[in-house]
Amino acid sequence: MATVLRSKIEPVMTQTHAEVTRDIVRTLETPPRSYYLAVFGAVFLLLIGIVTFTIIIKDGLGHSGYNPPVMWSVYITTFVFWVGIGHAGTLISAILFLFRSPWRTAVYRVTEAMTVFAVMTAGLFPIIHIGRQWIFYWLLPYPNQRYLWPNFKSPLLWDVFAISTYLTVSTTFLIFGLIPDVAAVRDKVTGWRRFIYGQLSMGWQGTDNQWRHYSRAYLYLAALATPLVLSVHSVVSWDFASSIIPGWHGTIFAPYFVAGAIYSGVGMVFTLLIPLRKHLRLEHMITDYHFDNLSKLTLLTGSILFYSYSMEYFVSWYSGNTFEQTTFFLRPFGAQWWSGWTMITCNALVSQLLWFRKIRTNLTSLFVISIFINIGMWFERWVIIVSSLSNDYVPWAWGVLNPTWSDWGILAGSFGWFGMWFLLFARSFPIVAIQEVKEMIPMPRLHPDAHGGH
Amino acid sequence: MALPNPFRKPATVPGVLASFEHIDAAVDAIKALRGKGHRKLTVYVAHPNHSIEEALEAKVSPVRLFTLVGGIVGLTAATCMQIWMNRDWPVLVGGKAIVAMPAFVVIMFELTVLTSALVTLFGVAVLSVGLGRRGVIYDGRFSDDRIGVFVPADRAQSGALELMLRNAGAVEVRHAAP
Repeated sequence: MATVLRSKIEPVMTQTHAEVTRDIVRTLETPPRSYYLAVFGAVFLLLIGIVTFTIIIKDGLGHSGYNPPVMWSVYITTFVFWVGIGHAGTLISAILFLFRSPWRTAVYRVTEAMTVFAVMTAGLFPIIHIGRQWIFYWLLPYPNQRYLWPNFKSPLLWDVFAISTYLTVSTTFLIFGLIPDVAAVRDKVTGWRRFIYGQLSMGWQGTDNQWRHYSRAYLYLAALATPLVLSVHSVVSWDFASSIIPGWHGTIFAPYFVAGAIYSGVGMVFTLLIPLRKHLRLEHMITDYHFDNLSKLTLLTGSILFYSYSMEYFVSWYSGNTFEQTTFFLRPFGAQWWSGWTMITCNALVSQLLWFRKIRTNLTSLFVISIFINIGMWFERWVIIVSSLSNDYVPWAWGVLNPTWSDWGILAGSFGWFGMWFLLFARSFPIVAIQEVKEMIPMPRLHPDAHGGH
Repeated sequence: MALPNPFRKPATVPGVLASFEHIDAAVDAIKALRGKGHRKLTVYVAHPNHSIEEALEAKVSPVRLFTLVGGIVGLTAATCMQIWMNRDWPVLVGGKAIVAMPAFVVIMFELTVLTSALVTLFGVAVLSVGLGRRGVIYDGRFSDDRIGVFVPADRAQSGALELMLRNAGAVEVRHAAP
């Protein structure tokens, strides 16, 4: 009999359904002191952001280092960064659901929660950036005394709709997916926690009727979220691509941004998941198999970025357009050469390390790579936004941006805001989808040989 | 069909609740019960299970109609809103026509998705909570690793049903009286 050579990296499902429930409900018990320290750290960063924002509201955006021609800078860079982070979550939870990928099951809840909190963070930035933050609602089309409507032909208004729809739909998807799991927690805990989880489970009992509607609705929500996620970062890319700034008006921007978004998002998944899995003792559920597949996704999107970067340089050279060529020459060799090289190294080059399986399954190396990805993707947006604006058409109008304490304060605050929500979520709700993991484990049979299995 | 009042505690439905540990036993029991004319079963399980769905011969959920209607409403609303608002206060922007359909596509798409998703959610709420069977007894282990089968029955039938369910492999049988 021939030996069947199989990959060592494969899902191992040795648990029973009861053990799955027990292990996930255990993650919601009283957390250790290290957890409170992490929450405290996040809240501290958030306070830095709140103080900075208060000063900005009082004095205006003059603090923020804006300097013509660079009027979009750290805030918009960070906005695109956080929107991008969100994309990996919807890819893993919705698109891979439609593709029936078995490896998404154990990790999708983490990534989905990350999506919601990242988009919640991103949504703050356009508001911070507009200057008069207290009238941000003027962006919405509502009947008003000025008899004016917003400009529907502007990509910035498309963004208002895209981001708010994305936030609503991904939050819906997360909460909808949580309902059966919250019900499972409800049935395991006692006292006031039982009351709270009971209210949150909205009367879920797992009846055949509930599952019938639920499964269908979940499928449709996934099918709606799939084009939505691809559209959102495309619309974000059109904020730039539909203008005439050299370095911005690229036709490849939509797929280039979407790939970059997923790449940055998977990077953040690694950064969050590797410590979280150890902290919550879920090593037996989130295994090498998941990290290997996540790494392959990173490798794919990183390689698309590599291609996009090369193609951007090629197109600017091939266009014969002086302004394009100058912009792209100045990215690696101009005043901000360090940001150009950080972007190329961290994204295009570091991602290529993932061709090696040893690196894909070594969590320390993955964690280090994920930090490079986070930094690299922030710098990618910095390069695209700031360096393109710095050197537009006429050299006498060129200018360099000098970020100030208020830029960094808001950036720090955004990590605090995101981290705080994520940490609170991770110990209050099942971080691994109980019902979907159970769906992958066959239930015991009274007569194991009678049926051929399902 | 009148919607039940969700704030009033419903009366307990009389019947027999069997608890199974084995999927094949539960599926066989469901098929046998349906064969005997018990078609108003309530089956509890902790995850969506195809063999149970097949045994119950469940129809495809009508929630898809909500998704479709939501999508159509969102698309129509976005189209009409943008055409009306642009004509209501016509401002020439970037040399584009007042009603510039290509520029409106993004918001049409976004509102289609948004409305469709929210109406789908509403559909699930109506179908599985509003129109769901109420007052049927439940056990906390059904969200863990047990499968529950509830058979509505009067007192005269319940003895025979318990015997039948136990023979089918039920590990526990409870009776619900009104």
